[in-house]
Amino acid sequence: MIEKYLRQSPLAHLGLGGQTGDDAAPARVHLAERPFFGFVNLRGPGADPAFLDAFKAASGYALPAEAGTSGGGGNTTALWLGPREWAIVDTRGDPDAGPRIAEHLRTALADHQVAVTDISESRACIQISGAKARATLQKGCPLDLHPRAFRPGQCAQTRLAKTTVLIHLTGGGPAPEEPAFDVYTVRSFAEYTWLWLEDAAREYGVTARLS
Amino acid sequence: MLVIPCPHCGPRCEIEFSYGGQAHITRPEDPAAIDDETWADYVFMRDNTKGVFLERWVHAHGCRQWFNVARHTVTYEILASYETGAKPPKLDFETQV
Repeated sequence: MIEKYLRQSPLAHLGLGGQTGDDAAPARVHLAERPFFGFVNLRGPGADPAFLDAFKAASGYALPAEAGTSGGGGNTTALWLGPREWAIVDTRGDPDAGPRIAEHLRTALADHQVAVTDISESRACIQISGAKARATLQKGCPLDLHPRAFRPGQCAQTRLAKTTVLIHLTGGGPAPEEPAFDVYTVRSFAEYTWLWLEDAAREYGVTARLS
Repeated sequence: MLVIPCPHCGPRCEIEFSYGGQAHITRPEDPAAIDDETWADYVFMRDNTKGVFLERWVHAHGCRQWFNVARHTVTYEILASYETGAKPPKLDFETQV
């Protein structure tokens, strides 16, 4: 692994920590990079009660069984990716979260047919929140993100501005009635996705900062 | 654009999917025992149906699962979707054309 002091988040070169931001302006979209999160891909027999019980015992919460839902407890959240695939994420900004989650799950699920892969470094996470966050995403995303169709806690893999993304509606933004989405993209698309979102949000007024 | 009902994720837009050609094509059990014509038929020959067609799709930008769809090739209406390995639902193929 790279020396810790050299490790950079996917959007570090944009110098987001060095921007003053202007939260006093009437910005209705807030963009932020979530650096150094844990993102572990878990594949396992989704229909096997023994496997589901073992996960629950290890994590303290049940794996989401229904399509497009998430569940969590403690420091991690499990996102449904497919009938036999989940993402276990920790977005608190702990650089060691990925390896720690992976090690914990590998030990706890050793008796089951699973694949646990730490892919934290392959992804970038952009948080987009604010009153016009939905409208901004909807410009490049075919999925219906209306509050009636896409509720807090829901997640979906879909397309945004021609790239593949995982969108998770985590809940309220700075103002509780405003939505906050976590958009996971592949690391090599991070800058493109960020610039696309910044451009799409410009008409609403946008602030950009490090999470 | 088509709205394709993924058996796992529900209705999603066509750009999330990739096409996989005709469904329910079975690989010959013993390829060594058959003649070239039968093998070529298995590898290359596909139906060109005007009407209800059973075809494979993969939710490439979603849950990444393969599944089958019954689509009318004239009206583009999608009549059913079902998981790979399942039998196609009973459809009135004749009257749909």
